[in-house]
Amino acid sequence: MLLLLASGSMYAQNSPEMRRSGITYTSPGTQALQADDSQNPGMLWVRDGAQRWTIPSGDARKSCADCHGAIATMRGVAARYPAASPSSGSAASAAGRVITLSQQINRCRVEQQRAPAWPPEHADLLALESAIAFESRGLPMAPPAQPALSAAQTRGEALYRQRIGQVDLSCHDCHDRLAGKKLGGNTIPQGHVTGYPIYRLEWQAVGSLQRRMRGCMTAVRAEPYAWNAPELVDLEAWLAKRAAGMRIESPGVRP
Amino acid sequence: MAANTAIARRTALRAAAGAALMFALRPVNAAIATAPILGELAFAYAGPKATLREARVKLDITPLVENGNSVPVTISVDSPMTANEHVVGIALFSEKNPQNDVALFALTPLSGRAQVSTRIRLATSQQLMAVAKMNDGSCWSHTVEVVVTTASCVEE
Amino acid sequence: MARALITMPKSARLGEIIEVRALVQHAMETGYRRDSDGSMLQRDLIRRFSCSFAEAVRSDGTRAAPGTRVVFAATLHAAIAANPYFSFYFRAEKSGTLIFLWEGDNGFAHREQATLMVNA
Ligand code: HEC
Ligand code: HEC
Repeated sequence: MLLLLASGSMYAQNSPEMRRSGITYTSPGTQALQADDSQNPGMLWVRDGAQRWTIPSGDARKSCADCHGAIATMRGVAARYPAASPSSGSAASAAGRVITLSQQINRCRVEQQRAPAWPPEHADLLALESAIAFESRGLPMAPPAQPALSAAQTRGEALYRQRIGQVDLSCHDCHDRLAGKKLGGNTIPQGHVTGYPIYRLEWQAVGSLQRRMRGCMTAVRAEPYAWNAPELVDLEAWLAKRAAGMRIESPGVRP
Repeated sequence: MAANTAIARRTALRAAAGAALMFALRPVNAAIATAPILGELAFAYAGPKATLREARVKLDITPLVENGNSVPVTISVDSPMTANEHVVGIALFSEKNPQNDVALFALTPLSGRAQVSTRIRLATSQQLMAVAKMNDGSCWSHTVEVVVTTASCVEE
Repeated sequence: MARALITMPKSARLGEIIEVRALVQHAMETGYRRDSDGSMLQRDLIRRFSCSFAEAVRSDGTRAAPGTRVVFAATLHAAIAANPYFSFYFRAEKSGTLIFLWEGDNGFAHREQATLMVNA
């Protein structure tokens, strides 16, 4: 780790033209797995979510499709999140707060379907998020211009540059200055969030961006923020801005 | 040429299994001897009357594995896959996984082509062997060596 | 709820050899892993996969070959990666249905089918 730091400091911050998806740092086998929908295991979650989309649930006995129509109407939605939550809906308290796509899904689950919220990384939640993200595949990441979101992005960037953990490294140290360098068996990617939710070979399953970020925090021996903590939402908001314009590739496959 | 040497089952049994097989079964593309355990498994699969030759089977796998959790492999066998002449089974063995058996495939003339792909787990660097059994009882094999680079320090 | 994805053409020429791909959602828990609390995770594997062919019923209501015939089968062990994937081939000689079956520990069973039109 120390050796790696000493040799990596010459790396400048990425300019937009130099931005690369994490998939480009992986082996040809992993790239082939992501590129082929008949092999990409993430497609199992996508298919699962597309089916759950039509199943009525909760006290309201409504399916997502009952209100939204076909899942195809979700095209472009994943490209915009995190975003300030819409002002409609029954819980006005949430309006204007920046939320992630997974939080918005849970909002509909609780307020519209009147069912208990799914816990983080619940299979149904990941499946629905995968199916919604898949609808935006190929579209550029496009965070909207919203004052609340812009404030979240600024807070997120500060967290991104803050050194954390016993290893005393920031996200920026690794993902901008050391990107492309080897760490253990892995190449450090630029950390662009174009493939979420991802199928990670290490997990042998699909997982969220928060799970991925918490993994990085654990790796540098920092206490990870709790699921859906404002800090994680702010980091998601900043990472989405940092990847703005890059094409969505969900379901991504990563080592 | 070692790769085409036929070995009678009896000879193998007579010899101290490991040593004899090490000599007889050489991986085609490498200057390494087949691991004794793979030889034993291959003969157990081939059955009492079989001959086992290193030919006609291709075990295709990347020699350098980035992530042992999911490694693509393709096994193809040179066979017309007709009712008269076809592959009936393909066994895939690992030298150093906790369990040596990886998978056993059954093929039929309906398969049309003797080629199977799957994704496997590799615990460490090791040899892998594919053995194909034909409907006439003959068995053919291919052994390869793979290097598995260690897992990341970035995990939960 | 398990999910599976079958990828193959819907139709083929007589005698054509088509590729069939089958992907199924399953953790393939080896029994050698620990969970986050450090306790051993129980082995939970798919043990067997098979693909069989059932010939389509003819217009006169009969079938040349009644029942199903195995095209391809696999016995799986812990070294098969999570969410097992198989690709294999099928010689298209009659129209009919390919039936896919996965079976494993804890009563796991999942079935899929796909029809194939064979054009003379
Ligand atoms: C010590 C270096 C290091 C630090 C510090 C670090 N990461 Fe990472 N990060 C990695 C490595 C290495 C990977 C890739 C691991 C792999 O693919 O197996 C990764 C992967 C990622 C990815 C996935 C990118 C993709 O292609 O999907 C994201 C997002 C990410 N990190 C965000 C963060 C955030 C946010 C922080 C700060 C809280 C952070 N990382 C801190 C090393 C680091
Ligand atoms: C009873 C009607 C209703 C049901 C059922 C419902 N939603 Fe919604 N959904 C809405 C409304 C209204 C909005 C507008 C924003 C808000 O008030 O939350 C919305 C917004 C959304 C958005 C954000 C769209 C955007 O453009 O930003 C997503 C994503 C979403 N819903 C997903 C789901 C999912 C997934 C389900 C099923 C689990 C579901 N919804 C069920 C009514 C519903």
